[in-house]
Amino acid sequence: MTASPSQAPVADQPAEPQPGRRRTPRGSRSTRAKQDARTGLALITPTFVIVLVMVVLPILWTISLAFQSVRLLNLRTVSLFGDYSFDNFSNVLTSDGFIGALVTTLVYSVGGTACAIALGLVAALALRKPFKGRGLVRAVLLLPYVAPVVAAAFVWSTLLNPQYGLVNNWGENLLGWDDPIAFLSSRSDTLSVLGLDLGVPTALLTVIAFEAWRSFPFAFLFLTARIEAIPGTYEEAAVLDGATASQRFRHIILPQLAPTIAVLSVLRFIWTFNNFDDIYLLTGGGAGTEVVSVRVFRYLTARGDIGAAAAQALVLAAILAVVVTLYLKFFGRREEQA
Amino acid sequence: MSAGGWSRSHVEDRLFAVLRPVLILALLLVSLFPFYYMVLLSFRPLEGVLQNPGSLWVSPADMDLSTYSDVLKSVDDGGQDFLNFIKNSMLVALGTMVLALLVAVPGAYAVSRLEFFGRNQISALFLAVYFFPSILLAVPLFVFYTRIGLRGSLVGLLIVYVAQVAAVSIYMLRNYFDTIPASLEEAAAIDGCNRLQAMWHISLPLALPAIVSNALFVFMIAWNEFLFALLFLVERRENWTVSLGLSQLAGSIEVPTTVLMAGSVILTLPIIVLFFIGEKWLTGGLTAGAEKG
Repeated sequence: MTASPSQAPVADQPAEPQPGRRRTPRGSRSTRAKQDARTGLALITPTFVIVLVMVVLPILWTISLAFQSVRLLNLRTVSLFGDYSFDNFSNVLTSDGFIGALVTTLVYSVGGTACAIALGLVAALALRKPFKGRGLVRAVLLLPYVAPVVAAAFVWSTLLNPQYGLVNNWGENLLGWDDPIAFLSSRSDTLSVLGLDLGVPTALLTVIAFEAWRSFPFAFLFLTARIEAIPGTYEEAAVLDGATASQRFRHIILPQLAPTIAVLSVLRFIWTFNNFDDIYLLTGGGAGTEVVSVRVFRYLTARGDIGAAAAQALVLAAILAVVVTLYLKFFGRREEQA
Repeated sequence: MSAGGWSRSHVEDRLFAVLRPVLILALLLVSLFPFYYMVLLSFRPLEGVLQNPGSLWVSPADMDLSTYSDVLKSVDDGGQDFLNFIKNSMLVALGTMVLALLVAVPGAYAVSRLEFFGRNQISALFLAVYFFPSILLAVPLFVFYTRIGLRGSLVGLLIVYVAQVAAVSIYMLRNYFDTIPASLEEAAAIDGCNRLQAMWHISLPLALPAIVSNALFVFMIAWNEFLFALLFLVERRENWTVSLGLSQLAGSIEVPTTVLMAGSVILTLPIIVLFFIGEKWLTGGLTAGAEKG
């Protein structure tokens, strides 16, 4: 802090150093470049080594483990040059529930991402016009995103508890529910809408709602920043042309937000697809909410089947890579057309 | 009223004028209510909650603060040992913060300012780390730590955290270093400063707001983290973090929900406080970072 004011005036005197630079021979320029290159490598090395040892090598090792028969019990006898086979993959892909878990993961990710972005968009639009205390309201809306997931999940499961939860209590007393709803432990319930009985995956919808609640602030933050960068003249012109508020949203704001929404979709999808914490904490993967990451955890710890856990994690990562690549290709092409 | 007053535009404007405050209130309610309920339940006596779960208020006479001492006390004193969990969480979060900044600040400076072999590849790698599924990393690290006997230790957990946040920190800090004009350092170089001196005396002080907000960000990530704490520490109760402790005790029927709500408040409060402090630093830092002649 103290150094900057004393050094700053130097920047205001470009005239003096100019002759000095001219006097230096060409060779010393490249010496400086070489020195910079050496300093740069030295400065980046600690992070690089940590990331290499704790992230890159472990990922490569996962690939190796996925092709070996490794259990927690025979861990000490495993070497890098063990027996490699595709057994884990064939066992995992044909095992009970893996395809189901993949479908659940997809539904959860798409549902959670869509709801979070929709809610974030509503929030960004509602808070667009300045008013007193808007800064505070914005900060408060970010709380679900910054709060520890364990505390948030615990409060939600208490709120939704069938015996002493507030939601069921209010539902029975104020809304006339016949029975409490087991939001987190019921695989499916029938919901009667206009005389139609619909099967509803209760627990899955609840964890999607939790995901939407926790990550809408992220979308809200991104979209707010983008909305504020839209030049006001666009809308002023539209008002003069007689465009209504919904028309201005449809034809001016939404097209301006489309690229941001696309980026948000990718980011949120990736994170929700890999999400472990939320579902593990809310349902433990029960009642039709077992996503692949929870399954990997179960194979790793409860079963001690490291090979199968590694294989499933790899399949998860591979599918994610494919989905994201396809999306980017599709979206990139649409952008070109527009 | 004229006929034009009831045009579509007018109707829409009126509708949105009513809708906007309703939406804002609804969003505030949805965002805040779980936290209000958390604090409320931590003060309510357990019997009251079981008898009347729908109540939204606790009278000062019924207020029960013993939940907090119950959750903080050590197991020997009949408590849940949260004071010890706080110590563990603090140790891991502060340690992660300090170590991550120690490696990330110079690293970010290098990626932003210095031309070196493999620079672009390295920063692409660091960005990719941000998107790696942590469950994919969980498998080999679990195996590795089991094998070298580091599972169960706080230091082992801390190293994993540093590896994951350092790459992200570099990415965030680099963007900030990019906004600091290189001309300031060139002037210092002509005055006889070498690279490291120029970094130390010119760029680091200017980047201080970004470094502070990054430090808060790292602290919050490490404090909130759950998966790796669960994987590594679950068998060693004395090393549990607050997050892990709360999640493990939440499953047991012996610990009253109100006591665990007090634990939730203890887990959440530091993060909310830091968040409001960090907000100021962040906005202040962004405006202060502008070039001034």
